[in-house]
Amino acid sequence: MSYVEKELRVRRIENGTVIDHITAGKALNVLKILELPDSSQGVVSILLNSQGKYGKKDVVKIEKRELKSEEVDKIALIAPYATINIIRNFNVEQKNKVHIPSYVEGVVRCINPNCISNSNEPTTSKFKVNSENNELELRCFYCGRVISENIAEYLL
Amino acid sequence: MKFKGQHIISMTGFSRERIDHILNTAEKMEAIARGEKRSELLEGKILAVLFFEPSTRTRMSFETSILRLGGNVLNLGSVDASSISKGETLADTIRVVDGYADAVVLRHPKEGAAQLASEFSRVPILNAGDGAGHHPTQTLLDLYTIKRESYLEGLKIALAGDLKYGRTVHSLCYALSLYGAQITLISPKELCMPDEIINDIVARGAKIIEKDSIEDAIDDVDVLYMTRIQKERFPDPSEYHKVASRLKITVESLKNVKEGMKIMHPLPRVDEIDAKVDITPHACYFKQAFYGVPIRMALLGLVMGAIE
Ligand SMILES: Nc1ncnc2c1ncn2[C@@H]1O[C@H](COP(=O)(O)OP(=O)(O)OP(=O)(O)O)[C@@H](O)[C@H]1O
Ligand SMILES: [Mg+2]
Ligand SMILES: [Zn+2]
Repeated sequence: MSYVEKELRVRRIENGTVIDHITAGKALNVLKILELPDSSQGVVSILLNSQGKYGKKDVVKIEKRELKSEEVDKIALIAPYATINIIRNFNVEQKNKVHIPSYVEGVVRCINPNCISNSNEPTTSKFKVNSENNELELRCFYCGRVISENIAEYLL
Repeated sequence: MKFKGQHIISMTGFSRERIDHILNTAEKMEAIARGEKRSELLEGKILAVLFFEPSTRTRMSFETSILRLGGNVLNLGSVDASSISKGETLADTIRVVDGYADAVVLRHPKEGAAQLASEFSRVPILNAGDGAGHHPTQTLLDLYTIKRESYLEGLKIALAGDLKYGRTVHSLCYALSLYGAQITLISPKELCMPDEIINDIVARGAKIIEKDSIEDAIDDVDVLYMTRIQKERFPDPSEYHKVASRLKITVESLKNVKEGMKIMHPLPRVDEIDAKVDITPHACYFKQAFYGVPIRMALLGLVMGAIE
């Protein structure tokens, strides 16, 4: 099977962003975090369970929009191995890994039902991210409770 | 050391220097707190007291503190009549009240409430308890009591009771670890201190010993800090009674203790300290309640910028 048959089941994009190597099954969560497709003008296509070099992966392709790494980094919480490929004139112009941010706002909600950030106050949730020895921990800035598992379940 | 305009939300990140400064300031306030000396330090200043949850003790202690320093109190009144039941957000309440007062004391049932309030307030917020969260003035008054009635450096202290849910106990341990304490933990296994907290405290320089009963520890320590065990924590009432009776002290328990050993309790107590203990020189809990006044006076004076 050639590269073209295997990978490009969706049409090639002229300009835009390809988010590759998303943890299999998490593409829809990635769309949610990035508020796609609402935040983009062009077509957004997704590939689920695609066979990659390192096993199954998801891929998201966004036409006509170049995502900046700061805005994409928060997806590292659920897809730590994702790469951001900027496509210009059908070619991969830039490739970057996502970086786990040290602080996230408005991405997940606090696990503690009695936390003030889960009430109708005019604020967004805020977390300090701790990513020592490959384990990811989100510590609520308000109540101090920690989310360390199933982060995708708490996406806002 | 800058305190003026600062919020007092939690003990997290409080350095030993900062704590010492507050304790030293409190010591200078004691005569005023006892009513032996008059003060106009906070004359013309207004403290808003917002308690969205009943707590007469802490509220009165703050009110006394501002009044003794010549300032005035603005009270939210009863919770039912207040905005919370009308569905106003805390952020809105704070933005109204900060126009009426020079500092706000807040007690709220939700964790993180004081932090949120501080993000909207132009004046200092003093956290007087946010749900199961923080209660820094309790920790500071505990430290002050220990300093005044015993000693802080390398203290030998035993903590007995609910060490799992009691966040003020956790925060006291963190603070004591700054002074290299040796801490003995005594609790039923259902209510023992979480491992991650023990690890943290040890990493900060405290020594931890775990014991099963008060008798095993009481003769060795200089402070015994008792806490209340809540019935609700036990699905089986007979189990509660069994546990509670083991963590109870009477005059007999004090037979072989050190002469200067002090018993502390955040109050209210139920029956974990027998009333006969009150008249012994070891009982320190009512003094402890009083020490909340100089501590809160010190904090008010500092955050309102009347003293440095
Ligand atoms: N013009 C395009 N339109 C749509 N998708 C594209 C386009 N060019 C590349 N891609 C996709 O972008 C991703 C990165 O492309 P690249 O050619 O760098 O692949 P690669 O060499 O396999 O990279 P990696 O080692 O990161 O997996 C792949 O998933 C590829 O299918
Ligand atoms: Mg590839
Ligand atoms: Zn929280």
